[in-house]
Amino acid sequence: MKYLLQRIAFYLFTAWAALTLNFVIPRMIPGDPVKSMISRFQGQMDPDAIESLYVLFGIDKQAGIWDQYVDYWGQLFRGDLGLSFTSFPSPVSEVIGTSVWWTVLLVGITTALSFAIGTGLGVLAGWRRGSWIDGLLPATTFLSSVPYFWLGLVAIALLAGPGSFFPSSGGYEPGLVPAFDQYFIPSAIQHSLLPAFTILISSVSGWILSMRNMMVTVAAEDYITVAHAKGLPERRVALSYAARNALLPNVSGFALSLGFIVGGTLLVEIVFSYPGLGYLLFRAVGAKDYPLMQGIFLVITISVLLANLLADVVYMLLDPRTRKEG
Amino acid sequence: MTGQPVLEIRNLDVDYGLGDQAVHAVREVNLTLHRGEVLGLAGESGSGKSTLAYGLTRLLPPPGVISGGEVIYHPPGGEPYDVLGLSDRELRAFRWAETAIVFQGAMNSLNPVHKISTQLTDVIKAHQPNLSAAARTARAREMLRLVGISPDRMESYPHQLSGGMRQRVMIGMALALEPQVVIMDEPTTALDVVMQRQILGQLIELRERLGFSVIFITHDLSLLVEFSDRIAIMYGGRIVEEAPAETLYRDPMHPYSQGLLGSFPALRGPRRELAGIPGSPPDLRAMPTGCSFHPRCPKAFEPCPARLPILGQPDAPTGGGRTVACWLHPARVPVG
Ligand SMILES: Nc1ncnc2c1ncn2[C@@H]1O[C@H](COP(=O)(O)OP(=O)(O)OP(=O)(O)O)[C@@H](O)[C@H]1O
Ligand SMILES: [Mg+2]
Repeated sequence: MKYLLQRIAFYLFTAWAALTLNFVIPRMIPGDPVKSMISRFQGQMDPDAIESLYVLFGIDKQAGIWDQYVDYWGQLFRGDLGLSFTSFPSPVSEVIGTSVWWTVLLVGITTALSFAIGTGLGVLAGWRRGSWIDGLLPATTFLSSVPYFWLGLVAIALLAGPGSFFPSSGGYEPGLVPAFDQYFIPSAIQHSLLPAFTILISSVSGWILSMRNMMVTVAAEDYITVAHAKGLPERRVALSYAARNALLPNVSGFALSLGFIVGGTLLVEIVFSYPGLGYLLFRAVGAKDYPLMQGIFLVITISVLLANLLADVVYMLLDPRTRKEG
Repeated sequence: MTGQPVLEIRNLDVDYGLGDQAVHAVREVNLTLHRGEVLGLAGESGSGKSTLAYGLTRLLPPPGVISGGEVIYHPPGGEPYDVLGLSDRELRAFRWAETAIVFQGAMNSLNPVHKISTQLTDVIKAHQPNLSAAARTARAREMLRLVGISPDRMESYPHQLSGGMRQRVMIGMALALEPQVVIMDEPTTALDVVMQRQILGQLIELRERLGFSVIFITHDLSLLVEFSDRIAIMYGGRIVEEAPAETLYRDPMHPYSQGLLGSFPALRGPRRELAGIPGSPPDLRAMPTGCSFHPRCPKAFEPCPARLPILGQPDAPTGGGRTVACWLHPARVPVG
């Protein structure tokens, strides 16, 4: 428990440092980035929005740096991340709020699926060395070394021609209104298939390989020999003794990979023009939409930290050796 | 009670690897364990003691293979059978219920992620599925008490126990199904001397109460002299001498046994000079011809490098009930 509190304190500190950096960096951009941007939206911004931008970017030269800092935190706690330029006049928090779900659902589900499938196959491959799964290993090694986006491009070129079942871009049929109804949901699923398979295929092999190698390492442990010597059923030795221990390092790897859901599949989303956070960041960079970029970085930072915390908690639950008494 | 065999090892050969690359770690070993007896197995590091133990329980890690021989088990009141010929299912049923083993690395013999209780009860569950959970737990607690550990420790994880406690848990676990044979491969080498003797003393006491037989493996002959009934000495994968513990201690015949005995201080009786054995154990890949001990043997003579001495009853006044493989004491009645 004490250990966990220490970790939480550490993550809070890291979050503070990251957010402070987020405050400092725009202030080091030479010139007045806000002014040049505002000029593009001549007459469309109300004075409140401009004021908030100045606070966010620290061009609020009237206020001292300390007051600016306090204002910045005040804005953050109110969830006010400023206004997006590209989706003007929507607030950044709203723009992020709509696209984050696309990413979380697509990448979250595929990451979990990939972990489950990869771990399962890895357990089999490591336990029955020389079985048919070992025959797959060279192929999976190849696939894991291929970048996501390249696989995505290949998938589009091969499968997503005109008239194909697989759409090559977007998150749903243009013209549909996002809603939980029988038109929108099937369309969204249909659009997610190719990107999902791309992510799945290129990430599953990593899990297979690491789980297989851990199984091979663990299989040489004394307690596995003891389990065999005890005459336990093969399944129990493989799962409760070998896989249970081999899983430990992979589980924290999985928790960490959850943290990269938000930012990690940028390129896949770009290739498929998928309306998720990665694609949003891509457009924000292209349009020099600083408030939006800052907001996305904030979300990425926080999700990575939360994932780390999750990894710690999960590890503590699974490995009694990390649980401290008292 | 003694006298009847419970486990007979006949001409057992164990190799690591196949074909020309094979290392012959155990060769033509003949050894009989009798009911209720403690048989000590001694020899330098690398002489094949553990390999023999793994071989006769069919637990050899790859690339180990049994390349010949038989391991005949005599169940109480049943027909003897060859352990090496059992199917996978029969083997699983045989393991632990008939022959339990405490491994050399008993420190790491417990699964770190499960409680002691889980690891004690899962073996009972696997072999006696009809027993209720409460009965299994009661049995597990009883085993802990038997080896001198408070049953409160049931809910502990292995890392919360000391080395000696883990060792005792393993011994308790080995006895949980009341096996006929318990193999102990250097079960106490990681412990201090006092703890070693305490645990072994307990084990011998339990043996008298429960009536199992023990194969006790160690390179510490002094322990064997104290705790075992008979002692077999291994060198280079072969048994070179076998005799009742007292006989072997007082009158070792093989120069290697003499060397081993000379390398620790006498427990009782007149002080002996600590001699040790010059040279180093043989390379299994390039075994000397003839008697594999001859390059290190102070008493080697003309037949030693040329011909392999076979293990047999020596033609000597003290020759009863013992065997040796040495040209100084040529076999009158070969074993095997
Ligand atoms: N997996 C393996 N592959 C190849 N050779 C092996 C393997 N395991 C053991 N050996 C060899 O077999 C021989 C016997 O090893 P073993 O472990 O049985 O010795 P030991 O008598 O138990 O020694 P110790 O007292 O050190 O435990 C050694 O020479 C060793 O090098
Ligand atoms: Mg050994």
